Amino acid sequence: MKNCEYQQIDPRALSVSPLSAQSHTEKKDQRPRRKWEVFPGKNRFFCDGRLILARQSGVLPLTLGLIVVTCGLFFAFDCPFLVKHLTVFIPVIGAALFVFVVISLLRTSFTDPGILPRATPDEAADIERQIDTSGSSTYRPPPRTKEILINQQVVKLKYCFTCKMFRPPRTSHCSLCDNCVERFDHHCPWVGNCVGKRNYRFFYSFIISLSFLTSFIFGCVIAHITLRSQAGKSLVQAIQESPASVVELVICFFSIWSILGLSGFHTYLVASNLTTNEDIKGSWSGKRGSEESGNPYSYNNIITNCCVTLCGPVPPSLIDRRGFVPPDEVIPAASSASEMELPHFSAKNDVNMCTQSTKDVLERMVNSGSQTLCSPGTPKTTPLVQELPGTAAPSPEPPPSAGCPGLLDSRCPFFSRSSEKDSLHSINPAFRLASPSPSLTRTAVTLNGAADVGFMPLHPGSARDEAP
Amino acid sequence: MATEFHNLQELRRSASLANKVFIQRDYSEGTACRFQTKFPSELESRIERTLFEDTVKTLNTFYAEAEKIGGQSYLEGCLACATAYLIFLCMETRYEKVLKKIAKYIQEQNEKIYAPRGLLITDPIERGMRVIEVSIYEDRGSSGSSSGSSSVSVSTAR
Repeated sequence: MKNCEYQQIDPRALSVSPLSAQSHTEKKDQRPRRKWEVFPGKNRFFCDGRLILARQSGVLPLTLGLIVVTCGLFFAFDCPFLVKHLTVFIPVIGAALFVFVVISLLRTSFTDPGILPRATPDEAADIERQIDTSGSSTYRPPPRTKEILINQQVVKLKYCFTCKMFRPPRTSHCSLCDNCVERFDHHCPWVGNCVGKRNYRFFYSFIISLSFLTSFIFGCVIAHITLRSQAGKSLVQAIQESPASVVELVICFFSIWSILGLSGFHTYLVASNLTTNEDIKGSWSGKRGSEESGNPYSYNNIITNCCVTLCGPVPPSLIDRRGFVPPDEVIPAASSASEMELPHFSAKNDVNMCTQSTKDVLERMVNSGSQTLCSPGTPKTTPLVQELPGTAAPSPEPPPSAGCPGLLDSRCPFFSRSSEKDSLHSINPAFRLASPSPSLTRTAVTLNGAADVGFMPLHPGSARDEAP
Repeated sequence: MATEFHNLQELRRSASLANKVFIQRDYSEGTACRFQTKFPSELESRIERTLFEDTVKTLNTFYAEAEKIGGQSYLEGCLACATAYLIFLCMETRYEKVLKKIAKYIQEQNEKIYAPRGLLITDPIERGMRVIEVSIYEDRGSSGSSSGSSSVSVSTAR
């Protein structure tokens, strides 16, 4: 029985191919692209890559709007009265708190939370070689885990099928942003971004300062209404004179409960060096005696834990958003190849969208249970398969070919698309499923060369399963 | 072969990439950045074990220094918090300073030790701090023909 193995592509052989030569000249005409433009995750970038946000900004505008409106009403209606009757420091403190809150919020929203870049094809192939994949008769591979010892405690590292690497400890894959995030806490819709290693301290200072701000405004508004009603007027009259205060009171009253609760919860997390994700999943508590002995990352000292989490060094962003894509990895030339070789891809020029949809098709086909590994703990986990495959994805049931089992056929075409220049081809079908950034240029070449059963309609005469 | 590659550019131009070895992270002491010092078998014929281990150990020391939690990092953190983190716009953090030192060190090691042996170390920051990638180059003229012929036959046998 022939297998669907593919030859390693020699980069020098590719350089003489006419197809890549043509795309090469096209690449030179295009300006060098920055890495954020080809970023595979679901993120949005502003200011030429300086600011990063999740694709779904959630309720960030609402959060900002509420804060600005409440503070605006406070400064406009309550402060004049309070300055006259109490002290001038009230608007000063209010302004300082407001500025701090807004800056913390914006920093939380627009900072890279600690996204891990996806593994290069070489790395993925190397990892796969180290995993024993022999003898797997089921199409769905077993979830891949690796056990390591951290501070004499066994920790399981899971393999992320999207990012094609073993996730470091405390890293989790956010399904909303489609990224692995280091020290993943949670995806916060109020902030419109994930909260992870790099922006946790901003998030914490945001909620603490917001607690102070809401409490401060609440207290000031109460004082305002009390003072007004004390000057010989009734409460109702006082409220009628200053209706904005009621609005502020209502907003602050409902916010205080949730914000103070959240602050308390996160203070507890900081003190015990836990993440929301770990706390929700009960990774360390409940299995062992006390939480402190269970958590291998804790320093067993509240002060140390707090200092480490909030005042520790901030690692730089690993995704290098503003760096330039190296010329040999430029993807956009694939559009020319796609028009020539794969006419049914012309509907979608965006390569990433294409593979995303293809990946979704595969995920649906192949029991998406394995993908649940990639999205634990996000409170608002959306369905794994969000996009329809669209017209661009090739049919998942290509005509049967001699030598390959029926189901493997459907994966072979997607596999070839995942190859990049220097990569060793993956033998294991599981590793072909979630390939984020293909290079269609190479696909075109592999189509010419190795057999591609998925594109049978185009190349009916092509030989298949080239064995050397 | 040691005399053929005078600098890294020449190495890249005249040699072809044969293989890549990945040194993975060592998590035995927590999530701090450390790389395994185990000597990979693919490099046994290319470089002395001590040289390689020294490089990795020095890199580990650099990363430990960057992530060290002490007086200076606390000061930096508190100052940043007090200025609503705006200070990061004008000041370079200690981590970034150490990363620059690491980049310089890797460049120096490549030029002095690894390029003459047909190897190249990629800065881990370019791989998301997951691995140290060591590229093994073969001389283009000597070993190219065998692997070239098989792929040529693949591409022509349509």
